[in-house]
Amino acid sequence: MKVLAAMSGGVDSAVAAARAAEAGYDVTGIHLALSENPSSYRTGARGCCTLEDARDARRAADVIGIPFYVWDMAERFATDVVDDFVAEYARGNTPNPCLRCNEKIKFAAVLDRAVALGFDAVCTGHHASIDRSTGQPRLVRSVDQGKDQSYVLAVLTPAQLSRAMFPLGDSTKDQVRVEAARRGLAVADKPDSHDICFIADGDTRAFLRRKLGEAPGPIVDRDGREIGHHDGSYGFTVGQRRGLRIDTPASDGKPRYVLDIEPVSGTVRVGPAAALDVTEITAARPVWTGCEPPSGPIEAAVQLRAHGETFPATCEPDPDGSIKIRLHTPARGVARGQAAVLYDGPVVLGSGTIASTAITAPSPS
Amino acid sequence: MANLESRSGGGLPAGPAEPVQPAESPGDALTYDGQEPLAAVRVLPRAGDGSGVYLDHAASTPMLPEAFDAMVAELAHTGNPSSLHNAGRRARRVIEESREQIAQTYGARPSEVIFTSGGTEADNLAIKGLFWSRRGPNSPADDEAQTSVGACPAKKLRNRILATATEHHAVLDCVRWLGEHENADVDWLGVDSDGLLSPDTLRDAIERDPDTVALVSVMWANNEVGTIQPIAELASVAARYGIPFHSDAVQAAGQLPVSLAESGATALTITGHKIGGPVGAGALLLARGQDPVPVLHGGGQERDVRSGTLDTAAIAGFAVAVGWAARNQAEHAARVGKLRDSLVDVVRATVPDAILNGPEPGPSRLASNAHFSFPGCEGDALLMLLDAKGIACSTGSACTAGVAQPSHVLLAMGADRARAKSSLRFSLGHTSTQDDIDALGEVIGEVVERARRAGR
Repeated sequence: MKVLAAMSGGVDSAVAAARAAEAGYDVTGIHLALSENPSSYRTGARGCCTLEDARDARRAADVIGIPFYVWDMAERFATDVVDDFVAEYARGNTPNPCLRCNEKIKFAAVLDRAVALGFDAVCTGHHASIDRSTGQPRLVRSVDQGKDQSYVLAVLTPAQLSRAMFPLGDSTKDQVRVEAARRGLAVADKPDSHDICFIADGDTRAFLRRKLGEAPGPIVDRDGREIGHHDGSYGFTVGQRRGLRIDTPASDGKPRYVLDIEPVSGTVRVGPAAALDVTEITAARPVWTGCEPPSGPIEAAVQLRAHGETFPATCEPDPDGSIKIRLHTPARGVARGQAAVLYDGPVVLGSGTIASTAITAPSPS
Repeated sequence: MANLESRSGGGLPAGPAEPVQPAESPGDALTYDGQEPLAAVRVLPRAGDGSGVYLDHAASTPMLPEAFDAMVAELAHTGNPSSLHNAGRRARRVIEESREQIAQTYGARPSEVIFTSGGTEADNLAIKGLFWSRRGPNSPADDEAQTSVGACPAKKLRNRILATATEHHAVLDCVRWLGEHENADVDWLGVDSDGLLSPDTLRDAIERDPDTVALVSVMWANNEVGTIQPIAELASVAARYGIPFHSDAVQAAGQLPVSLAESGATALTITGHKIGGPVGAGALLLARGQDPVPVLHGGGQERDVRSGTLDTAAIAGFAVAVGWAARNQAEHAARVGKLRDSLVDVVRATVPDAILNGPEPGPSRLASNAHFSFPGCEGDALLMLLDAKGIACSTGSACTAGVAQPSHVLLAMGADRARAKSSLRFSLGHTSTQDDIDALGEVIGEVVERARRAGR
C-alpha cells in the first residue's frame, strides 16, 4: 500500500511518517509549500512552511529513509483557507483555519492528487485515531487529551476519512518526542506550533485590518445604546472581553463582553458575561462519520471550540438540512463559524458549522 | 541510508586506486549499439543508489573515472598552491598544468584562465565585475580615458546591461540585482520560439545608445532547452562597438567546440561538474586587458581578480575532464546525439501530443538535450513518478524550497504557464546508454497517463 506522508517539518508528522514506514507501507514524504513567499527562518512557535521547516521535513525523510518532495499548494491554500478566513471574519464569524485546511487542502487537494498519482492514503501527524474495526472508519480522540485534534478533523467526510491515516492517536505528545529522539529525528525538541500559520507575527487583528481595511462601526449595549466605536467589527469574536475600549462603565460595574457581531452595519453588541450563555445552536452542513445520519433526536457530547469542554446535548436533524442542538447546560461564548462536533465518548459522531445561537432562558442582566 | 553512502563508500583516505571498481552490471559499461566504449573502461557508481537511470546530466554529470582518480590522488597531498616551499610549489605545479590544459582546450592563454568555485561564481565575477569596472565615469576602465578628458567633455554613464531573457539564474539574478541595487539599466534581449537570439536584436539594442552599454551577456547553450546561440556572430556585433561580451558556456563546454579566441567573446564561464569533473571547480576565461572589479576580496590569488585558496584536487579533476572533453568532444556529441534522437523518437511515439521545446534536433540544439511539455500534466508529478521508477530527470526550473516555478526560459520563448509547468528535461552524458532510453520508453506512457489523471 502506497502512503503519502504530509510532513510539516514538525515532530508529529515526522514520527507519523516513520511509524507508517516501519509498519511496512510504501511511504513517500511531501512537504506542502503553503506560502507564496516563505520566510527563511522559523521564529519560535509561530508560523510554518518556512524554508527551515521544509529543510527539517526533508532531513526527517532522509533519516526515515523515504523519498521526499515539496508540493506547491500555495495557490489553493490562499484561496481555500486564507481568503475564506478573511471572508468569514468579514461576515462576523470566527473561522477555524486549521479545520478548513484539513477539509480543503490536506484531505481534498492533496488527497485527490495523491490518489490520482497512485497513492492509497494520506498520513499526517494529527493527534487522533481512526477506528476501522466496524466497517466505516470512525474518528476517535487521541489518548492525549491536551493534544487531541479530533475537533479539527471532524469535518472530514467518510470518503476522506477512509483514505486518512493518523498513526499517533495512541500516543501522548511526550511519547512522540521520546520516540523522535530514539529514531534520531532532529525535530524531537522542536517547539510545538501554535496560532495561525499564515499570520507569522500572531497579530490576527492587524492581519485582518491589512486585508479588509478600516471599517469603523458602533459598539452598542443590549438596549441598542451606542457606548463606543471600533475600527472594524472583524476584530472581534463572541465572548471577547479585551480591547473593547469603552469609556462608559456598565451600569452594574461588571466587565462587558462581545455578545454578537452584525457585519452589515458593523455593529458590535456587548453585555455582561451571563448574556453569553447559549443553549440552542444551529449547525449547518452536517457531516456524519461515527453513525448513520440520524432520523430523530440523539444524545451527544458537543464540543464548540478547539480544546474546549464538551456539553451534553440533544441533537436533532432539521428538515432544512442543519442540526438543531439543545444543550442541557448553557455554554458561554459560542462563536458562529466554529464547528460543533458531536461525540459519543471518544468517538466523533459528526459535526457541523455553527450558523446561529440562541438562549432559551435568558438570564437577567 | 544505503544510497547516501554509495558515492563515498570507497573510503577516500585509502588512495586513488581503491574506490573505483569496474561495475558489474552490463548497463553500467560504456558500450552502446555494439560500438566500442569511448575512453572510460571503468564507470563510477551511477546516480543515487547506483541502480537508477540517470537522465539529468545537465544538472550534474557523473565523474569520469580518470577525473575521479586524479582528484583523489591529489587529495592525498598537502600543500597550499600559494605557499613558497616545496609542498606549495608542488600544488602550484598541478594548478598551472591544469590551467594550461584548460587554456589550450578552450582557446585561451593560461593567464586568461581564472579559477573559481564554479559557474555561478564565474558568472558573478563576469557580470558584476565588468559592470562595476565599466560603468564610469569614475570607473577603473575609464582611468585611461580621463587623462585625455579635455577631448570628451560630456561623458555618459555606462550603466546598461544587455542580457538574454533565457539566461541561467546565475546570470539572470546578477543582472537583476545590479538593476535593483546598482542602478543598472537592464535590457532583456528577447528570443524566438526556439529560444534563439537574433544578432539584429542585439544590434538594435546596442544601437539605442552604444556608449551606455557596460556589457552584453548571452549564454552559449541553454541549460533547459539546449538552444545553441550563434555566439561568434553575436560577439562580433558587440565587438564592433567595443563592448565586452560574456557568455555562460557551462552547458556548451564538452559538447561543442568552445574557444575564447575563435568566438571573439571577452569572457566565458565554464565549470567542471557538467563535463565529468567535480563540483566545486570552474573558471572564467577572461581576455587579457579586462579588469573586472573583484567580487571576492582577499589574497588576490587569481590575477588579483579572484581571491581564495585554490582547490588543487578539484582543479586537477576538472582539468582531466577538460582533457577528456578535448579528445572526445566530437565523437561524444555524435554518440550522445544519436541517443537523444532515439529518446525523442520514443517519447513522441509513446506520447504523440508531447511537445518538444526548443529547436528540432540539429545544429541549433545541444546533442544531449531533450525537453518536452506534456499537456495536461504537471512537471513535478511526472518527475516524482519517474523517480519512483528509478529514472532521474528534471523539471528544469528554479527551486527554492523545492517548489517549481514555471520556467522563465519557456515563458520567454512564448509558452504559456500551463505548458511551462508541464515540462520535463532529459539530458544525456558520457554514461548514457540505449538501455537508459529503453527504460524510459517502457514507462513514459503510463507515467504521463497517471500524471494526467492527477491533472494540474
